[in-house]
Parts: sequence; structure tokens; C-alpha cells
Amino acid sequence: MDWQAFWLTIRLATVVTCILVVIGFPLAYWIAFSSWRWRFLVEAVVALPIVLPPTVLGFYLLVALGQRSPIGRWWQAVTGHALAFTFEGLVIGSVLYSLPFAVQPLASSLSAIDRRLLDASASLGASRLRTFFRVLVPLSLSGLITGISLTFAHTMGEFGVVLMVGGNIPGITRTLSINIYDQVQDLNYSAANTTALVLVAIAFVLLSVVYSLNRRFWSLWPRT
Amino acid sequence: MTLLSNMSSTEQSAVGLDSLRVSVRKVLSTSFELAVDFAVSSGIHILFGPSGAGKTTLLDCIAGISTPNSGRVSVLGHVLFDSAARIAVPVTKRRIGYVFQDLALFPHFSVEANVAYGLGALSIAERNARVDRLLEAMGIATLRRRRPEELSGGERQRVALARALVIEPSMLLLDEPLAGLDLPVRMKIADDLRSWIRDTQIPVLYVTHSRDEVFMLGNSLLVLEQGRVIAQGTPHAVLSAPRSETVAQLAGFENILDAVVTSIHEERGTMTCRVRRVPERKMYQDAGWRGIDLETPLIRAAPGDKLRIGISAGDILLSTAAPVGLSARNVLAGRLTSLAQRDTTIVAVVDCGVEVAAHLTLSARDSLVLTPGSPVWVIVKTHSCHLFQSGN
Repeated sequence: MDWQAFWLTIRLATVVTCILVVIGFPLAYWIAFSSWRWRFLVEAVVALPIVLPPTVLGFYLLVALGQRSPIGRWWQAVTGHALAFTFEGLVIGSVLYSLPFAVQPLASSLSAIDRRLLDASASLGASRLRTFFRVLVPLSLSGLITGISLTFAHTMGEFGVVLMVGGNIPGITRTLSINIYDQVQDLNYSAANTTALVLVAIAFVLLSVVYSLNRRFWSLWPRT
Repeated sequence: MTLLSNMSSTEQSAVGLDSLRVSVRKVLSTSFELAVDFAVSSGIHILFGPSGAGKTTLLDCIAGISTPNSGRVSVLGHVLFDSAARIAVPVTKRRIGYVFQDLALFPHFSVEANVAYGLGALSIAERNARVDRLLEAMGIATLRRRRPEELSGGERQRVALARALVIEPSMLLLDEPLAGLDLPVRMKIADDLRSWIRDTQIPVLYVTHSRDEVFMLGNSLLVLEQGRVIAQGTPHAVLSAPRSETVAQLAGFENILDAVVTSIHEERGTMTCRVRRVPERKMYQDAGWRGIDLETPLIRAAPGDKLRIGISAGDILLSTAAPVGLSARNVLAGRLTSLAQRDTTIVAVVDCGVEVAAHLTLSARDSLVLTPGSPVWVIVKTHSCHLFQSGN
């Protein structure tokens, strides 16, 4: 068992999950409550990582983060090193790749909230912030926990994007899934098996949390 | 400071008749717009109208949940919205108690927490005191720890009322707050509500479809149709005086007959109206038409005037034998056309030249032994005939 890779993976999943809660909640709120006619386009973009091969996402990320792109050059100017093949690059890739897994359960439970509760809260003098914490968050809690669990599990298990954007640098970008790939390449099947079992166990526990919270079948999209 | 505590009682009486002034236009779609202009005093005002008339939209505009395209809203002299002066007090600052049609109780809070929700700015001691007072007044003090899902319909409605009243609102908007409740429960809650409002002297807009509630609660009635206020006045004036047929149908008169005044009996306070035959109306197309005379209350009318007579199906008596010794002036012979059961009411349709619908209780049906085709007599008291202006 490569503990360095294990802790790196946990760190990556934790950072990505925290970022996705922060940017996923407003995005999910917007998807759930917006009446913009082109909203479906935003929903489609958010869902893209589900269907795209990770290599496609990884390829474009590599281009976008590379030395020739404005983002890559700006990052280089600010931090002094490139974004590709670093832990930060990996975080950016993972955030995009896991975005639908955070946003969809949240949007689903937010859109199930009766709008009249928000009107009632406002008519009782509650500010938007108070309404958010007293009404929206408690009533979308199962969606939030589902989103957190799925994001964490999904980030732990990703492979394609990590390989494209991060490569295979021990302690920096070598996650458990890359580790398994290496072990198989080395014909070290028993080590690969141990690592794979750890991933299976973590995924199983997280999904059990999700399904215990959502008695009904968990659907990917809010309105199906 | 709250809006309400800024206003002394003298200020409230100074604004007198115009406790609530609303003059707004709100375009909802290309085919529907709300355009109302009215003023009401403190006390309960019934807002009456068919679904889709714009009642909820009007309440939302007053509450500040919807923004009118133009107009002005003021409560107790305070301007809440004025498009010309670019004033729009946000919904959170309006202090208007609003009981929504579906109540919108917070499902994750107890009764107590629901009621206390609007009191976030107060100290805990004061908040508890106010919540206790309201729970007591609404008769739900024993339910304080329960969640909304553990309450009956009537209890939920009481919680919603308590939640709206506890903030000491400057006015109340009640969107069918007692719909779906049994009459005794409704009357009990209406009593509690009425006594609360008598003490606070605030204006209340009360949406209902129920004629019982109109007479039980309202000292005034506004009829909304197609986004317009088509009638305003006391329930008795609006529903009894000659008015539009829409009002008659809203008021729950199942029988609306076209008639013409034939003679006036000034000394008896009545007049005789002959039910007219209107060719385009299917029910008058019967070739064997016989004219029917009805004695109705006297209104300002002259022989030859056309009007409509509204008779509530619940005000009609049926007899299987020709009645004698009755005070009722109108006895019409006819034949029973059909009997249908709606909930616990039997709807009997009798053909006595025109078709007349009468409501019977189940036991009345059983004791009368009615079968379609059998002869019956329809009995209508003079004062059960409500007169309305004819549309044509």
C-alpha cells in the first residue's frame, strides 16, 4: 500500500469537495430557481463531464492550463511555476470533472423545495441570508450530503483527467488510481489488489450513505 | 423599530376609511393583466372571485412578493409601493401578515419554531412571551412541539394564522385560510380571528370561495373578475342588490332565471315577475313552455323591466303532494327530472317549465320516495328570490 498516494488522494478529494460545496451551492441554486429560458444550456454544460471521456476534458484542460494559454501564463506570472503537472492543476481538473456530482443532487433537492416557503420567510422579515441558512440549507440537507459523498467518491476514483493533467509524480500527482495502474504495469498484482480493495471499500461506504439518505432511487437530474 | 410600533392609534384612526389603498397594474401575460384601484378601512374585507381572477397575484403585489408594473400601495398611511416616486419597500420590511393558500409552514420546524420565525430580532424572553400569547389565543398551545406533518388541517391553519399574527402586522392577507375545513371548525377559527382583528384594528384582505365565510366574516366584499374589481360593498348589498350575473354565480345561486317585471305590489313590498323564455338558452327551448310567475321582493323597478332571479338550490323546498296552508308565495308544479348525489347532498332537478335545481339531504330523499318522472311541487319563499340586473 502506497500511503503517500493514499493521503494525497484523500487530500485531493477533500479540497475538491470543499471547493465544490462553495461553488456548487450557488450554481445549484441558480439552476433550481432561475427562469432564464436558456438555463438548459447551463445544465447541459454542467453535465458534460458525465458523458465525455476523461481524456477529452483532460486534453482541453492541459491546453487551457498550458504555457500558451492566458490562464497558464497568468498562473506562471503569479506563482512562478506552471499549472500543469502540479497538485493545483489536479484540483482544477478534478473540480470540473466532479462538478455534476455536486451540483445535480443539490439542484434536485433545492428544486423540490416549495417556493412559497421562501416567500413566507421573506414576508416574516427574514433576510436572504437567514432564509438560506434557516430554510434552504436544512431542507436540502440530503442533497448536500449526497453531493458531498458523491463528489468525494468520484474524485478519489478518477483516473483519466489525473493522468492527462497531473501525470504521475509521486507525492504531487500520483493518486491511488494511478498507483494501481503502475502496480499492474509492474505485474505486482497483489499490491494492485490491496489498493483496489481500499478504493472499493471507501466507495461502498460513501454510496451506502447516499442511498440510506435517499430512500427513493437517486436520479442524476432534478427534473426527469 | 417596527412599522407597526411607529404608528400610534391616533394615526390609525386618522387614516380611517383608507387603511389600505391599492391602485396597481400588473401584466401577467399578453392576455391577462391585473388592474385594480380600491381603498378599504380596517376590519375584514372579503376578496371574492373565480379562480384565475387574480386574487393571489393581488395579494402578492400588496405583500411585495410580486412587483406591479405600475401603481401605488399604501397601508395605514405608509407608502409601500409607488412606481411614480420609485418607492418599493422590500417584502422583508413590509410587516404584512400573509397566510398562503397552501399555508407554507416550515416542515422542518416545530409549531413553536414556525410561530417564532418572524421574531428573530427580539430577545428570547420577549419572543417566548409573544409566541405563548399567540399559541394560547389560537388554541394550539398543547401542540407546540409538534411538526406540521403531525397536525390536522385545522391545526395547521391555526399555526399559519398564529405565525402571521405574531409579528404584529400592519395588515393581514389571508388566501383561503379556512378552505377544506368542516363548517364547525371553520366557524370556531373565524370567531378567534374576528376577535383578534377587532382588538388590533388592522385591515384584512380575506380570499374565499365560500359564501358561508362571506357572511360569517366580512363587513365588506370586493369581487374580482378577470383582474378587475367588478363590485365592492357590504356582502348584502353586493350579493342581494341588482348586480351582474357573474356576482350571482359567484354568490352560489344555482338557479338563475331570466324574468320580466309584470306587476308591483307596493303595499305588500313585493312584485311579480314572469320568467321569460330566452330562445338561445337551451333550457327554454321546450315547445310546451308555460309561463311562470314568481313573487319576489320589491326593488326599484317598473313593469316591463328585465332582470334575473337567483335562487340558491339550498333555499328550495320540494313536496310530493300539492302543499296547502304555506307562507311561501311561490309554489310551482313540475316533474322530477333527475336525482344525483354530490357528497352528502342530493341534487334534484325539477322541470316546472324551467329546470330548477334543489338540494336535499339524504334523509329527505329517503323519506320522500322520489323517482324521476314523479310529480313534485317546488316551493320558493319570496325572500329566497335574489334579483340581479339582466345582462341583456
